[in-house]
Amino acid sequence: MQWKTADYTGWGRALRARGTLARPERVPALADALTARGPAIGNRRSYGDAALNSGGAAVEMTRMDRLLSFDPDTGGLEVEAGATLGEILRLFAPRGWMPAVLPGTGFATVGGAIANDVHGKNHHNAGSFGQHVQAVTLMTDSGPREVTPERDPALFRATMGGLGQTGAILSARLQLRPTPGQRMRVVETRIPHFDAFIAALDASEAEFAVGWVDATAKRKRLGRGILEEGTLAEGGRPGPARRAKSIPFDAPGLLLSAPVVKLFNRWYRWRVPDTGRKRTRPLEEFFFPLDALHDWNRLYGKRGFHQFQCIVPKDAAPALKEILAAIAKSGVASPLAVLKRMGPGRAGHLSFPMEGYTLAVDVPAQRRKLPALHARLQDMVRDAGGRLYLAKDGLAGPETVAAMYPELDAWRAEIAKADPDGQMTTDLVRRLHLRSAA
Amino acid sequence: MTETWIILGASSSMARAFARKLAERGDGVILAGRDTADLERDAADARVRGAALAETIRFDARDAASFGPIVARMAACEGPVSAAVFVGSMPSQTEIDADPALIDAVVIDNFTGPARLLQMLVPLMEARGGGTVVGVGSVAGDRGRIGNYVYGAAKAGFATYLSGLRNRLTRAGGHVVTVKPGFTDTAMTWGIEGMFLVAPPDKVAADILKAVEKKRNVIYTPIFWLAIMSIIRAIPEPIFKKLSI
Repeated sequence: MQWKTADYTGWGRALRARGTLARPERVPALADALTARGPAIGNRRSYGDAALNSGGAAVEMTRMDRLLSFDPDTGGLEVEAGATLGEILRLFAPRGWMPAVLPGTGFATVGGAIANDVHGKNHHNAGSFGQHVQAVTLMTDSGPREVTPERDPALFRATMGGLGQTGAILSARLQLRPTPGQRMRVVETRIPHFDAFIAALDASEAEFAVGWVDATAKRKRLGRGILEEGTLAEGGRPGPARRAKSIPFDAPGLLLSAPVVKLFNRWYRWRVPDTGRKRTRPLEEFFFPLDALHDWNRLYGKRGFHQFQCIVPKDAAPALKEILAAIAKSGVASPLAVLKRMGPGRAGHLSFPMEGYTLAVDVPAQRRKLPALHARLQDMVRDAGGRLYLAKDGLAGPETVAAMYPELDAWRAEIAKADPDGQMTTDLVRRLHLRSAA
Repeated sequence: MTETWIILGASSSMARAFARKLAERGDGVILAGRDTADLERDAADARVRGAALAETIRFDARDAASFGPIVARMAACEGPVSAAVFVGSMPSQTEIDADPALIDAVVIDNFTGPARLLQMLVPLMEARGGGTVVGVGSVAGDRGRIGNYVYGAAKAGFATYLSGLRNRLTRAGGHVVTVKPGFTDTAMTWGIEGMFLVAPPDKVAADILKAVEKKRNVIYTPIFWLAIMSIIRAIPEPIFKKLSI
């Protein structure tokens, strides 16, 4: 197996690792690479250090991306873990099927979607990604082993959202969902402030819903933004396939200075008229709005950025308002924050979702106020009975996270059985002491 | 009538990307390589993507006994038959310097192995009135350089063979595309120092399919390699021999 030594990062580019990387293309090569004792990683779309293993080995799964079987009657798809959700959407939407849950980027791999039990704009209806996984095949010392919720419920649960710690995922059987066409009917509505946003999210009957919040607006305008509601529609793909553009260099810091961000937010909001607007968009433009700009993470400059994503229970919306107010007041936020309603659906011990509201904000890593602000925010989230999203996190501490994930001990017990020697450990797992209370 | 392709060296990432595009167009693909167990997964992938037929067959460039069954299998397919050659190996020049016997293996893998199989297959293609041969060479075949001239020599030999084959197959209504990729992001180049302008295999495969559809003769992919190699070829030998590029 060919290895290379490289510096690599998560999507936020604020946390870095130096280690050896292999990228097998066949099953025997994968088995060989895994003897080097390292975790499997995907397209590194988690923001912090979930896909990093400093000083050790990691196995990139992106070339293990074959479709193994598809049943056009049931929508059951078996696929290798390195396949991306965007590719699955591209191939199956014309046949009337699509992944039941899609996160905000189509570059996420199936393996990564499972390891982080990701959610989408339909979480309040469809639950999390892992809830649509029928089986997962893990690489073990004695060869591939299929794990199903019926036969191995505990191991299956530990694998969904399990941060790759139960072993490298070779393939998974997914239940796709039908789609009437390749279009999304989108209704955009301007929302004046936070309370109105919560009310609008609660009242929304659309299958897909997401709120874009101006994280710089304060006081009366705190939490203003745009609610985007989507309904799948019949018909072929409108317009030609889009061509991705690249960001060729790291942007200078000025780009995300407070005045520029404020201007951008004002423009973003004014695009949508007072009375709202209706549009029909291709599916991938609705689901993956930023994928058209390859490497958009470089817009945050050399130092990179963090994404703060938290969720609070349904009755804690006022606490979330205070969290947003603290962010707005600090002036560190970047253009867009995302606000969503979520349902109770979750598939694993360490899954992020709970019934309530989630807020996600990007923050450039160079901001000096960030560590103090983050320490305050994570306490506010914990006190509200909420939690931070591990796929995004790069700043939290072990005690806080342990308090946010009540099933952590049950997960640890399963991991101790599945990977007793700690071969799959990542920087995230070490930083947050996830595998041991030490 | 459905076209059926034999893909030699089907495990390579470039071949995989090309076979996927053929499958999505509804062609049949027979995937030939050494690791047939793993190739079954590629065949499954091709079927899910829409291939009219997807099978695997053993092929080892260094084992001529594996050639006959491949020709027989293609003869059993109805309709036009085409072939794409992605076979190759690239030991470092230092390994070859240490063990000159490796030259034989490099020449077999990159040139004589696949050429011999194509030679056996061509009468069938002619009898079926054409088909396409895609031969993947390398920009390294355009000029012998100190860094990898044995690999380059084998690829140059293969390119000359393809040129002659094009001359022959054209008469029967067929076509030959010679592909010269620059650095491509494959398992072969993973971790090798000094790579630049590395293209993803999917981009190379897209260029190849376009060349097949437009009946191009020789393509460089990505296209800027045409400019780079034009310059490298134009350097006079008295100067070139002193360079290390």
